[in-house]
Amino acid sequence: MSNSMDDVAKEAKAFFIIGSNTTEQHPVFGAMLRQAVRQRGAKLVVADPRKIDITEFATLHLRHRPGTDIALLNGLMYIILEKKWENQSFIDERTENFDEFKATVMNYPPQLVSKTTNIPVEQLYEAAEIIAKNSPMAVLWAMGITQHIVGVRNVMDLANLQMLLGNIGKAGGGVNPLRGQNNVQGACDMGGLPNVYTAYQPVTSDEVHDKFEKAWGATSNTKVGLTVTEMVPGILDGRTHALYILGEDPVMSDPDTKHIRHCFEEIDFLVLQEIFPSETAAYADMLLPGVTFAEKDGTFTNTERRVQMVRKAIPTQGDARDDWWITCQIAKRILAGSSERVRSDAPYSGWEYASPSDIMSEINALTPSYGGITHARIEAGERLQWPCPSADHPGTPILHTKQFTRGKGKFMPIEHVPPAERPDNDYPMLLSTGRVLYHWHGGQMTRRAKGLMEIYGEALIEVNPDDAEKLGLNGKNIVRVTSRRGFIEAQAWVTDRVPPGMVYANFHFPNASANELTHASLDPVAKIPEYKIVAVKVELA
Amino acid sequence: MVNLKINGNLIHVPEDMTVLEAATLAGVTIPTLCDHPDLHPYGGCRLCVVDVKGYRTPMASCTLAVSEDMEVNTHSPEIEKSRKIILELFMSNYHDDGYENGQKQKTQFMHWVDHYGLDVKASMSTKPQYPVNSDANPFVFVDLNKCIQCTRCVRACTDIQGRFVWSMAERGIDTHPVAGANTDMLDARCESCGACVAYCPTGALDNKMSMGAGVPDKVVMTTCTYCGVGCQFELNIKANKIIRVTSTEKAPVNGNHLCVKGRYGYDFVHHPERISKPRVRRYLLEGKKKPVVSEQLTMNMGQWDWVETDWETALDITSQKILDIKSQFGANRIGVLTSAKCTNEENYLMNKLARQAIGTNNIDHCARL
Repeated sequence: MSNSMDDVAKEAKAFFIIGSNTTEQHPVFGAMLRQAVRQRGAKLVVADPRKIDITEFATLHLRHRPGTDIALLNGLMYIILEKKWENQSFIDERTENFDEFKATVMNYPPQLVSKTTNIPVEQLYEAAEIIAKNSPMAVLWAMGITQHIVGVRNVMDLANLQMLLGNIGKAGGGVNPLRGQNNVQGACDMGGLPNVYTAYQPVTSDEVHDKFEKAWGATSNTKVGLTVTEMVPGILDGRTHALYILGEDPVMSDPDTKHIRHCFEEIDFLVLQEIFPSETAAYADMLLPGVTFAEKDGTFTNTERRVQMVRKAIPTQGDARDDWWITCQIAKRILAGSSERVRSDAPYSGWEYASPSDIMSEINALTPSYGGITHARIEAGERLQWPCPSADHPGTPILHTKQFTRGKGKFMPIEHVPPAERPDNDYPMLLSTGRVLYHWHGGQMTRRAKGLMEIYGEALIEVNPDDAEKLGLNGKNIVRVTSRRGFIEAQAWVTDRVPPGMVYANFHFPNASANELTHASLDPVAKIPEYKIVAVKVELA
Repeated sequence: MVNLKINGNLIHVPEDMTVLEAATLAGVTIPTLCDHPDLHPYGGCRLCVVDVKGYRTPMASCTLAVSEDMEVNTHSPEIEKSRKIILELFMSNYHDDGYENGQKQKTQFMHWVDHYGLDVKASMSTKPQYPVNSDANPFVFVDLNKCIQCTRCVRACTDIQGRFVWSMAERGIDTHPVAGANTDMLDARCESCGACVAYCPTGALDNKMSMGAGVPDKVVMTTCTYCGVGCQFELNIKANKIIRVTSTEKAPVNGNHLCVKGRYGYDFVHHPERISKPRVRRYLLEGKKKPVVSEQLTMNMGQWDWVETDWETALDITSQKILDIKSQFGANRIGVLTSAKCTNEENYLMNKLARQAIGTNNIDHCARL
């Protein structure tokens, strides 16, 4: 998030939520938004094909056709320009490439956009007026925007919108992706990505390469590595022979489960560090018991870049070990077996750490935006959001207040592109996937929480009442949903949360996981799969 | 700013304050039950009444705005007597069945009952008016015999969670909270966030998973393991087990609020399926060739069996296999998936392991999934 949850919830005059099921996926922030709407009359526009819970609080719900986000956004920006609601001084002072961008937006007049998105023209005008005339306005999104073959373009178009309205760098505005996992922000910040070291220092830069070569005494090359969506399928074509997986469950979370299973069957060596024998564990050669959050010290970075303490509350269960200890042990053994690899006089070549705080000191030294974020400062009660480059820096709750990272914000002309797989005669309906309030991702934790299972104990597939009638569904029936990759069978939840022609399934339960159906069509830049649009057929099982 | 006197001491406070807030600012504790700083004021319990010079009757300080030259007495003998009578009236309609509750400490109501010297057994109602544990919600325990109609549950659900599950039904002595149109909580669209429990001052709403768990040995403030909001809460620990989660206003992001998974989704930590020792496939221990996995999964016999082993063996085999594959195929044929569930420190080390120790940029995690 460019902003903080607190300033967004307290100071935005309007919210534009697109592709985020906020009250189910970020429930406490969702509750803050409900409060803002109810208690101080903030306006709320929700763009989502599904009638998710937060739409009950919406001033306006745009139920657009899945996969038409760019058309919708360009259409709204067309109206903003037509009505002269743009923030001209922000555009002049802080941005560039406006004319090229405007020329593209002019190709999206309301009538055409209405046809593409299935949103009535009047609603387009109403939405544009709400988001343009209530300033500051905060844009909020999640995987509903990113899990498309145009995920990156979708995000860029949202940035276009916020630059057009001058909603950047101020409390209550901003571009605000809501990060899913507790520490997905931190995993990215810490260089858990194939193209960057910590704090997004690019692997392709010679300067960065030299920095880590000097610091660690050795490092990888300057070529971008493989993403998860390339590594696993890469097992079959020889790109991947071994995987070391820490606390992830690709069999549940990756697209096209049947294919993922097949890949894992063929791998030479798979080591999995986990707390439970997950669905992926069935394919592991080695299973190393790590620990839960309650058994460890360290830090998580939340969606607003806030670094917070995780504190050990109970002893390590069984003969499990701290996850950082296990990684150190493996690293030391690998280096012992390839002793000439690392220059041992490099300041951070070693793997001897006394504690997570000790590891954080090394992070401070090599990570500009985390330079001043120490355990001692957080323990002393300081509330730190990166960038926080030095020990006397107070942290940065709002980004881009004076200028963008690259200087001027660059408007990007973005064109609508249809989704990779569209309903046809064989697979006439559209599936979207996601999670529900009571479960978490692949379900390894929440399926082992008794009360959560009492409330939501099996996969449910959302089916619109019209479709239910056509199918002959009567009450609680089992449906079979089939895509080109596979099929699942589960209880139907007949509900107008989904529009006619669309079903929605989750990936919490191994016996009916939506990822049996999804496909690995990827965004060309981010390599994120298009989970939100899958062509399926639905039948009575 | 406004000048007023509280118990003879002159103070200056902002004009939009209540007398209760002004007293708190001045370090004076006025007993309260229905009031909570997170909730809109109600003025129903009357425990916070104070004498104000020039007013005919005692005033509820939680709803009374400060004004210039106001003179307030918070603890006059008459006021203290009236507080005791209010508590006696509450007690006459309160019944404790004697079970051990799910709280980490004495409830706020019992604190004031003790403070004003009431004998709980002698002053409480002799028989229950409602069934104990009257709702099927797996997380929220309901015992309306302990309810004092303060409506904090109603306001917590409305003001904090925005879900409107609770409201007050009936009149007079029969007044009590009901979920929805007098149905059960889940039917009334409850999301089981537990806000009503967190704000209940009497234990009428309680943590079902923690009933009888007792007092914690220690509480540890930590950060939630589920979503990216970054809520903090206290893990209540007894005999090395999590017995409950309590929310606290000290949490930077969420304050007293949590969701159902954060407050009640912790029991997986102690689940018997936790992996307790390293496990290795038999073929690796015996130095054999890897069997064809697709043929093994259904039978799960022989060379593909799991064998529990010690850490030395597990770590030696793991690193040797990685080294073997590296020398045979090159570092870029090895991939590392780090974890969005693990700490920054652990993720940093995985990044260092991939790039420094192995020598590959093939590192990623589930950010895309």
